Amino acid sequence: MSANGKPKFAMYWAASCGGCEIAVLNIGEKILDFDANFEVVFWPVAMDAKYKDVEAMPDQSILLTLWNGGIRNKENEEIAHLLRRKSQILVAFGSCATEGCIPGLANFSSTEEIFHAAYDSISSENPEKLRPQYRTQMPEGEISIPEFYPTLRTLDQVVKVDYYMPGCPPESHQIASVIDLVIQVLQGKATLPPAGSVIGAGISTVCDDCPRQRNVKLVKKFTRIQALQNPDPTLCLLEQGVPCNGPATRQGCGALCPQAGAQCIGCYGPAEGVIDYGARLISAFASVIDSTDPDEIEAILDGIPDPAGQFYRFNLAGSLLRAGMKSWSR
Amino acid sequence: MTENFEPVIIGFTCNWCSYRAADLAGTARIKYPPNVRLIRMMCSGRLDPSFVMKAFSEGADGVLITGCHPGECHYLEQNYKALRRFLLMRRTLAQFGIEPGRVKLVWASAAEGVRLANEISKIVEEVRALGPLNWPKWKDNGVHKIALHELEEV
Ligand code: SF4
Ligand code: SF4
Ligand code: FES
Repeated sequence: MSANGKPKFAMYWAASCGGCEIAVLNIGEKILDFDANFEVVFWPVAMDAKYKDVEAMPDQSILLTLWNGGIRNKENEEIAHLLRRKSQILVAFGSCATEGCIPGLANFSSTEEIFHAAYDSISSENPEKLRPQYRTQMPEGEISIPEFYPTLRTLDQVVKVDYYMPGCPPESHQIASVIDLVIQVLQGKATLPPAGSVIGAGISTVCDDCPRQRNVKLVKKFTRIQALQNPDPTLCLLEQGVPCNGPATRQGCGALCPQAGAQCIGCYGPAEGVIDYGARLISAFASVIDSTDPDEIEAILDGIPDPAGQFYRFNLAGSLLRAGMKSWSR
Repeated sequence: MTENFEPVIIGFTCNWCSYRAADLAGTARIKYPPNVRLIRMMCSGRLDPSFVMKAFSEGADGVLITGCHPGECHYLEQNYKALRRFLLMRRTLAQFGIEPGRVKLVWASAAEGVRLANEISKIVEEVRALGPLNWPKWKDNGVHKIALHELEEV
């Protein structure tokens, strides 16, 4: 407890986009309850604080830390260890922290390819082709920047995690209900779920929340949703040949995308019991293909031009294989 | 280094056909290389692609999936399902850098001991030529197991 008696809260971003922070601020009036119950001691996106301030705090003195972002470099890794030491409850918050998410897709590329995309490609203005150097001599002495790792890791691949909150980003109503729960626990009105649980989401799949009809219909062709002739708003997208990731994805969003006429791309990560998210989707997609002939099947599969991207868009770093060979081979 | 390399192949077999074919090869003393570790399933349709991912991530150099000939699956259409999964899985694995030659699908009836033995020899030689896969043994809660790039040298 702090001087004003309120339990301490921290939030940190590692390799991520900042959307998780916005989702937290999006909880509306709940933020007032939150403020009444917590003292924010460290939250780089919202307030000024230094790492040395966190280092000076007693171990375990922060009650709740929400961590978003994957572990991409040495700084991320060091702060993960630091906040683990200082926090009683560490939550892997959002897809990047739980399974790698879009930053984790870089695990299909070599470090050189990543640097090329960042510093030499069409999107960067860098005529002198400068690359960051880890150590630079300055008149005042040597300065350094954190080392970039060849693969991105999820938070629990680096430190012990107490709870997982999926979503890219987690839905604001789910965040609000988790904050509610923690407040009730503080007031002795509820108990925490078992350590290691997924919170702020269901256990089944997006399909279970999806109102679209499934009729065990098979397809002769996969197609981008934009190219679908006469889309049927009531029929399962996968059964119309649109690669929808609902069958492997954890419920939690209320099946937002298929209800808005777009396929689920899997931002809530694997449903409970799914060992490898992509493997589950390979099975699901294979079972709607209407063919027993190898050549015809291959032609149908051409409709999914980037299967690894389709199946591991959010989950590559958290998958069984974790990274493509390019990222780790010498 | 590749000269002494003995590939590890995980072979998934169907109880009703390919497992019996392997058994027949054994009783008939047909020789095939000892590199393949056979795992028996009730049907090729039981093959969850995650088994294959797990095999590669834990040190296999190749995976052989076997089942009853088309039209002969004891659970009707399951081997077609295995075929579709296999084709999609092979494309996906290729994007990870796992060459298509490391994962094979072979049909073999209970009577085809010789054929299965030949197919096993073939994949062992193919994978031997590809060399070891050496997928990293990721080590959690600690330092990166794989050496960090010295980026200045890139
Ligand atoms: S596959 Fe997609 S469209 Fe079909 S039921 Fe599942 S979530 Fe809905
Ligand atoms: S439908 Fe899928 S992609 Fe869309 S919000 Fe839900 S989990 Fe995410
Ligand atoms: S029973 Fe052999 S493949 Fe189905």
